[in-house]
Amino acid sequence: MARFAKYLGGAALLAGAAFAWSTAASAETIKIGASLAVTGPASFLGDPEAKTLEMYVAKINEAGGVNGKQLELVVYDDSADANKARTFATRLVEDDEVVAVVGGSTTGTTMAMIPVFEDAGIPFISLAGAVVIIDPVKEFTFKTPHTDKMACEKIFADLKARGLAKVGLISGTGGFGKSMREQCVSVVGDYGIEIVADETYGPGDSDMTPQLTNIKNAAGLQAVVNPGFGQGPAIVTRNYKQLGIDVPLYQSHGVASKSFIELAGDAAEGVRLPASALLVADKLPDSDPQKSVVADYKAAYEEATGQPVSTFGGHAYDGLMILVEAMKRAGSEDPKAIRGEIEKTTGFMGTAGVVNMSADDHLGLDLTAFRMLEIKGGDWALAE
Amino acid sequence: MLKTVLAPRFAVPLVLAVLVVGLSFALPSNFYLRVAALVWISALAVIGLNLLMGYAGQVSLGHAGFFGIGAYAVAVLPAQFSLHPLLAALAGALAAGLLAYVVGRPILRLKGHYLAVATLGFGMLIAMTISNEAWLTGGPDGMPVERLTLLGWRVRGADTWYWITGGLLVIGAWIAGNLVASPTGRALRALHDSEVAARVAGIDVARAKLTVFVISAVYAAVAGAALALVNGFVTPDKANFMHSIELVTMVVLGGMGSILGSVAGAAILVVLPQVLTSFHDYEHMVLGLIMMVIMIVLRSGIVPGLASLLTGRRK
Repeated sequence: MARFAKYLGGAALLAGAAFAWSTAASAETIKIGASLAVTGPASFLGDPEAKTLEMYVAKINEAGGVNGKQLELVVYDDSADANKARTFATRLVEDDEVVAVVGGSTTGTTMAMIPVFEDAGIPFISLAGAVVIIDPVKEFTFKTPHTDKMACEKIFADLKARGLAKVGLISGTGGFGKSMREQCVSVVGDYGIEIVADETYGPGDSDMTPQLTNIKNAAGLQAVVNPGFGQGPAIVTRNYKQLGIDVPLYQSHGVASKSFIELAGDAAEGVRLPASALLVADKLPDSDPQKSVVADYKAAYEEATGQPVSTFGGHAYDGLMILVEAMKRAGSEDPKAIRGEIEKTTGFMGTAGVVNMSADDHLGLDLTAFRMLEIKGGDWALAE
Repeated sequence: MLKTVLAPRFAVPLVLAVLVVGLSFALPSNFYLRVAALVWISALAVIGLNLLMGYAGQVSLGHAGFFGIGAYAVAVLPAQFSLHPLLAALAGALAAGLLAYVVGRPILRLKGHYLAVATLGFGMLIAMTISNEAWLTGGPDGMPVERLTLLGWRVRGADTWYWITGGLLVIGAWIAGNLVASPTGRALRALHDSEVAARVAGIDVARAKLTVFVISAVYAAVAGAALALVNGFVTPDKANFMHSIELVTMVVLGGMGSILGSVAGAAILVVLPQVLTSFHDYEHMVLGLIMMVIMIVLRSGIVPGLASLLTGRRK
């Protein structure tokens, strides 16, 4: 009994202490919040994002902070659960009283959080991909990553430039593949390109030979596009080689990591994909205006974490920097003033490209944000 | 009179009502009210599952499926057929009950691990359907839920939802208490202890199991609908396997066969992750540790365990 009482007492004390933990807002700090998928199925997004935010907030504070005040970053781990994200969003607004929020790693968590920030009038810069986040435009919501629609447009523009007009689609049925397939189908007509085969595969499938055989047999096939994410595209790429399909294969920005090349092996040779300049930071010509930004970020991230740079961390860098610049221009920490200045962001050079926002564009990137890459000798190379 | 009031079926809802009213004065901000509302919602689903697990002794690893049906009913029906969200919630609860009735007949003939696997598969089917039918459900990214309006009044704000969900919980606990005290409840406990003995005593075992399965499915669906309306957004992960496991964990942690235990179990698993955010990287470790300590010290769950400790009948 006594032993039990000790346990319970300890637990209660712990819980009480932690719950009463209210970081008193001091006038000398500016609080910004983040709810990211640091653990769980989308941790490959949230983990580099959280590390990037923490690293750069520390750097900014060392250099004197913003408007003479130190930044204070509050990061919560929503493990890509929309319900948790919504709770953390409420917590950031009500309890932590942040002036702005960066993050929301996935589209689901972002969409769940948007109503909280819109109601509270807190600027929110999402790091998730889908176009629904900023289309239609919401007053306080912005985002930094390029959309899947832009990836489709980049691929189709490249196909058009190469004179290829008949494509086969093989898409993953996960959220990413499904959303991108829809976007690709909706814009394909603008480029005078025809879809001659349209196949899908499940997230856990380990062999895509049947679907690829169907595509191979489609009349007049000139290229294949694979909107997908994770392991699926690597398997597609290997099967593609095994079947000896000799038309060009296009992957999406969803596979823009070194692990794709490792998984797909030799079969990845010659595959093209649209991706952020960050992947080829050291291969950009010195004249490229984006070179210094991406090279600096890559070096800083890799030095601080010891891990290879990922585009997702880059999105967090862009979001934080857009926010910091807006706060500097506003000269205050009033959320409404910050929102107004974020919307006026022009000519900002981020890891994703040049950002020019406006009242009806809360993303502000154009197609130049994507680089068309080709895999050569087991590494990325600029195809343009 | 006093004896009637102290009977569990009146005392439990009364305790919960006092808790809901009392906490509303103690909680400092909307954030805490929201967390409390989430506890009430989870507790409602857990009470339903506890009727099945704690009283009837049947396991379900697919209850999040029913939760998902309720949640998606209030998301899809108003969006596609302009149905009022409240009617949609009702339709969701009915659909979940009907589905439980249809699948319950064959599934509940199974016992032990086989029942667990069958319900698991059933729950996964619902989760897969929800994430694959993107044209209807928005797919893995989820879909927005129309805000609830009642007689021209837009229901919003954590404090409003706190009272609505708190009320739902009290009603749910009251119904569950009555069910447990009814002949059906006695039949359930009998078949929990021994199916053969129950059958010999003249209990229609299959029917009793099916009844409680349907009721617990309706509880889950109502909770799902409430969550969707509170959040204004639904994602398929509320219907998936991990959420089923979470519900089962809440039942076991709080105490099988205890309605107050269901609330305690839900409270622990909803509140602790919020409390533990200050531990950052060790959050999951500490959460797991606390759960293990509770299960080791209070083997029969929090509420029954504490009750037997307090009355000195240590098992």
